[in-house]
Amino acid sequence: MTHKKQFDSPPKRVALFVTCMVDMIYPEVGMATVELLERQGVEVIFPTEQTCCGQPAFNAGFWEEARPLARRFVDIFEPLVRSKQVDAVVAPSGSCTTMTSHFYRLLLQDEPAYQERAEFLGAATFELTEFLVDVLGVEDIGAHFDGVLTYHACCHLNRELGIDRQPRTLLAHVEGAEVVEMTAADECCGFGGLFAIKNSAISTAMGQRKTQNIVKSDADAVALCDVSCMTHINGLLSRQGQRVRAVHIAQVLANQVDVTPRAERAPETKPPASPRRWQDGKA
Amino acid sequence: MATSTIDLTLPYTTRVKDALGNKHLKVALERSTGRMAGQRVAAMGAVDAPRLRNQVRLMKEYVLRNLPDLLEQLETNVTANGGHVHWAKEAVDVQRIIVEIARKANVQKVVKAKSMATEEVHLNQALQAAGMKVVETDLGEYIIQLAGEPPSHIIAPVIHRRVEDISDIFQRELDMPPTLDPQVICSVARGVLRKEFLSADMGISGCNFAIAETGTCCIVTNEGNGRMTSTLPRVYVVVMGIEKLVPTIEDAFLQYQALCRSSTGQQCSVYLSMTSGPRKPGDADGPEEFHLVLLDNGRVDMLAKGYGEALCCIRCGACLNVCPVYKEIGGHAYGSTYSGPIGAVISPTIHMEVTDVDKLPYASSLCGACRDACPVKIDLPRMLLELRRDVVEEGDTGMFDRAGMQAFSRMMQSRASYESAGKLGSLGSNLLAGLSGGNIKFMPGPLAGWTNSRDFPPLAKRSFRQQWRDRVKGRKVIGADDKA
Repeated sequence: MTHKKQFDSPPKRVALFVTCMVDMIYPEVGMATVELLERQGVEVIFPTEQTCCGQPAFNAGFWEEARPLARRFVDIFEPLVRSKQVDAVVAPSGSCTTMTSHFYRLLLQDEPAYQERAEFLGAATFELTEFLVDVLGVEDIGAHFDGVLTYHACCHLNRELGIDRQPRTLLAHVEGAEVVEMTAADECCGFGGLFAIKNSAISTAMGQRKTQNIVKSDADAVALCDVSCMTHINGLLSRQGQRVRAVHIAQVLANQVDVTPRAERAPETKPPASPRRWQDGKA
Repeated sequence: MATSTIDLTLPYTTRVKDALGNKHLKVALERSTGRMAGQRVAAMGAVDAPRLRNQVRLMKEYVLRNLPDLLEQLETNVTANGGHVHWAKEAVDVQRIIVEIARKANVQKVVKAKSMATEEVHLNQALQAAGMKVVETDLGEYIIQLAGEPPSHIIAPVIHRRVEDISDIFQRELDMPPTLDPQVICSVARGVLRKEFLSADMGISGCNFAIAETGTCCIVTNEGNGRMTSTLPRVYVVVMGIEKLVPTIEDAFLQYQALCRSSTGQQCSVYLSMTSGPRKPGDADGPEEFHLVLLDNGRVDMLAKGYGEALCCIRCGACLNVCPVYKEIGGHAYGSTYSGPIGAVISPTIHMEVTDVDKLPYASSLCGACRDACPVKIDLPRMLLELRRDVVEEGDTGMFDRAGMQAFSRMMQSRASYESAGKLGSLGSNLLAGLSGGNIKFMPGPLAGWTNSRDFPPLAKRSFRQQWRDRVKGRKVIGADDKA
């Protein structure tokens, strides 16, 4: 694991690595991220040259196709950090942070110059909750949620970056929220990038196991730190017609999430007890 | 003997479809994998697990760095103890060597203790073709031998069968009266197997580890069948993958500790049988002849190709029990002797014939649960990624995939084309979503693999960057483009 950059004084300005999925599909997650950072007094800049970090290609074995994207990413973000124009790079994604701060080392192993720059950049790149809790020292961000929350630990975030305590800490401090633990919260939802399409049936079976556990937890929303896993989980929940939805943690923390009202509780279906003398066929 | 319905040579997609459609398999896997994973967590939690894993890992790395010297040391010591050592480069060499040993000793019947190495080289088939009767004596292996099936788990070969299925097999093959009582089923097997042990001419086992400094081959079992295999027949043959070597007795117990705790969640196994050569004058038991077959079958190539880390594997099966893919499809869908995450790494790199072996590195969501469970800390996700790279570099990937990825890469290399694609995508996806009222229920071509079972959201009408540009309009900001 990369040794993370240490800060002598609180970081003042960060560059947002919004990730292509957030940019294109979930801009509200990006906006929530900006809001959370600005509320802590951190200035956010957004380098508009950024596109995709190359993970889909890398993950599928197409390293040749992923490399130009990795070099491009380094060229956009590394000079900002190197020249101290920003103190750090922050992304609302465990998976894309893993790709850029962890897998670039492997992908760029034959290009030492780029690899060194990638390592330097990687040390200054933080996943959102990691940045809030570990760097800024925030635990209670002042969020409010009227309902039951559960947490799904996304795999790259949890196992590659070792980030689990941070999002859970932030959620535990959300006012009004009852946080419940679902069964096997750290088990993969079955997304896995192209795996979801190439091995669609296995991916679906894994996802169904996950959604069963989510539904069983009886939460109003399941918070997580990656919109890719969120898309997978919500794709299944939506197809199944469930009420509960997965939401990005930034949305919860920025008070963006409204709870879908619970369906009227069905009236007790148990029939009233009949007098004993008419039971067991006694007429 | 029954003919199996399990055919490992079917295409990968068929194997997966069969597995996912098998309700009994789902029940069997559900019952076993969770229990085994839980026992491992408890047993590893009772010791300083990080320290143990570090120690075993360092020891295995030492072994791989010093493999030639240690193997020769082992050979010297086994020979000094009165045993014979054979070097088998490929699977056929193991078959030839053991058939020759058996012919010379006039062997009619062979009893076997559980061994993945002999499964890997299809030894049973070779011995049977040479006219010998071969009896598996590990209970799980015996059951699947009766059913004519290959093993589906590294340490629990019959994990794919429920007790109900096993009872059916015993009723059919051994005329057992109907029962679901495991004790009764076990005693039926024990009755049959005891006779086989007493009349066998040769015992064959694998090797959990062999100690170079003493020339001792060790097998770890819980049923006692290993002990009888190694002591009762006249001839005892051990087949060992060359990586199963440890330098010293202390190292052996280090690996033993990691193996027992990670595989079955025991502090130690019921039996640990250590054989240092044939029976010596005055010994109460033991074989008259002892042979050790050292098996390469691609292991040296694995080291050379950069997949040597997989040779640290001590075959505990922990990665299978925690793998969310294995938990859905079981072992047979992998089509190889070795299944689960470690199987997906070993099968393409070792010398084995596996149908659609190129698909195995992709049979993973790369969630990393395997690496967390591995007592030797093998970085399986990283190796799966590297194997995928190899598949692509060797050109064994669909034309469509390649063209798609090249187009994707080109598009993402330019902000302008990325933004245009985004606008087009937004328009198209909102149209599709509009048709089905909210979410996309159907996507064309390969993307149907998603919408077969899952909805997909339409792209945002206004992307983050569009909203951002409005936000910073008229201000001078770092990172902004001319459009701001």
